[in-house]
Amino acid sequence: MSKTEEVVSSSGRIQSFFRDFSFHRLTHPSADDVFEILSTIFACSAIVIIVLTAIVLIRGSFQAVSTFGVGFITGVNWNTTLGQESYGMLPYILGTLVTSGIAIGIGIPVSLGIAIFLSEMAPTSVRAPLSQVVELLAAVPSIIYGFWGRLVLRNWIVNYVEIPLSNTFGSVPIFRGSPHGYDILMGGLILAIMIIPTISSISKEVMMAVPSSQREAAYSIGATRWETVRIGVLSYSRSGIFGASILGLGRAIGETMAITLVIGGALGPDALPTSLFIPGQTLASLIAGQYYEAEALQLSAIVGAGLVLFGLAVVINVFAQLMVSRVLKLHAGAVE
Amino acid sequence: MTYTSRRIKDKLAYSLGLFCLAVAIVPLASILVEVVRNGISTISWQFLTSVPGVPGETIGGIAPAIQGSLLLIGLTSLFGVPLGVLAGVYLAEFGDNKFGRSVRFLNDVLTEFPSIVVGVLIWVLLVVTTHEYSPIAGAAALSIIMVPIVTRTTEESIKTVPNSIRDAAMALGIRRWRSTISVVLNTAKSGVITGVLLSIARISGETAPLLLTIFGSNFFFSSWNQPIDALPIRIYRDAFLPDSISHQQAWGAALILILIVLTLNVGVRVATRGRYGSSRSRM
Repeated sequence: MSKTEEVVSSSGRIQSFFRDFSFHRLTHPSADDVFEILSTIFACSAIVIIVLTAIVLIRGSFQAVSTFGVGFITGVNWNTTLGQESYGMLPYILGTLVTSGIAIGIGIPVSLGIAIFLSEMAPTSVRAPLSQVVELLAAVPSIIYGFWGRLVLRNWIVNYVEIPLSNTFGSVPIFRGSPHGYDILMGGLILAIMIIPTISSISKEVMMAVPSSQREAAYSIGATRWETVRIGVLSYSRSGIFGASILGLGRAIGETMAITLVIGGALGPDALPTSLFIPGQTLASLIAGQYYEAEALQLSAIVGAGLVLFGLAVVINVFAQLMVSRVLKLHAGAVE
Repeated sequence: MTYTSRRIKDKLAYSLGLFCLAVAIVPLASILVEVVRNGISTISWQFLTSVPGVPGETIGGIAPAIQGSLLLIGLTSLFGVPLGVLAGVYLAEFGDNKFGRSVRFLNDVLTEFPSIVVGVLIWVLLVVTTHEYSPIAGAAALSIIMVPIVTRTTEESIKTVPNSIRDAAMALGIRRWRSTISVVLNTAKSGVITGVLLSIARISGETAPLLLTIFGSNFFFSSWNQPIDALPIRIYRDAFLPDSISHQQAWGAALILILIVLTLNVGVRVATRGRYGSSRSRM
């Protein structure tokens, strides 16, 4: 194979397959053709699944969306009485956004601290083992986070965070309600713990991809270690860290089991997240809690909740993947 | 700004970093300690081999859950591994074009998909239409979660195979498909196995899609169109019960689950130390 052919073959085998297409090749495919076609078909599975999900969710939620119109998104009711059925997703959309907001509000600063510490400050010999320990957090199944959150963390949070806050600021609307630990704040906190490994490990990767000449330049003008991080590293990896945070947000929005176990499972107008200390509901926990024996309109409403979640997840993840991969590619190029 | 104040700032940043690390490690330590402490007192031979008892009265065992989890892992790997590996081969060997790049991108997006959405998809397609929760539906949902992970790791490990090996196979006159499978894939074997093991670790802990597809049960597998149990589902059902005997059962199930997941993760990390670093942290 000559050099030019190789370039063509690697950059456009599909195109060349169609260009060289002949009836003979169709009736007598070589083993190589079969292999290539087969692996191409298998590779399409990602596309097929995403498209299939969109179609199935749109068709499945059609009944609810056509019955309630815009009210399906802006309504607050959850009435399953036959004849008066009414479903609105606003409380759960807001619940998802508020819990995820708490999660990234706490998760991003902590993750950044970890990433900076592990890529720039810790003694070299402990960096790898400590990174592995943080990554183990990502391996713990979400159901175990939820169970631990319900039985262990909830007691700590109620006694050391919620009761003091409630006693001090009880009159402020967002601290209204009696703190019992099955609430919005608890949901946000468990999500924060769960997204820390995601954000910190990607941010660490992005920081480690910063060319060492950046650090050397800062050190050579007499900067301290922290100043080197701030001037040389952070300013350089800003968009990658942003992408990592968005990816963490995506995880928080879709997380189901842990949050279902601690958020309290409110329905209807009660589920509107008006205070940190009242039970709430997210889109994901709504599906997990209400799918059982759902019929007709309620089933359609639950699929509709899935559709909203799907839409949020696709938008967030496409955006985040674009940010992270572009930054890592850019930096890999700069290092070479 | 004086030198002293800059030194203090530097020290402050260092301590803040250390503090953040502690914030992440304390929950991990607490989870491990609680699961082991509460789980170990529960686990006995009888606990591992019998069916669950009456909630609130007897603890019984979690054998159906263990059986269900193993069945699902086996069934899912049967669909998921060949599909994921071949898709990874495509991306690495033929995927250096526009189509390949889009597939790779969508594959990454699919990896980050909320698993409950996958559950809703299979629930609508296989459960609502047949009115039956089944192991098949569970395995279908888990396959959708497994395939993108296997695809990604397969691609990354095949890309580490030097071109000289492909050239050598070609020089011997070996067909491309044959050389890809017996030479390239064989060279990249350890990376592919790593990916498969990590994806198994991931799916054994998945709960949300199983809730909508296998539902959970107190009995052993009986037929392909009946609900089965699985370890995460057992923990979920127990967690909502108010009594401490059910919670005890859940701690036992959690210990078994965390042993499976962490053994796979730590084992793979120790075995492949220093290799395939970047592909793993994204999962």
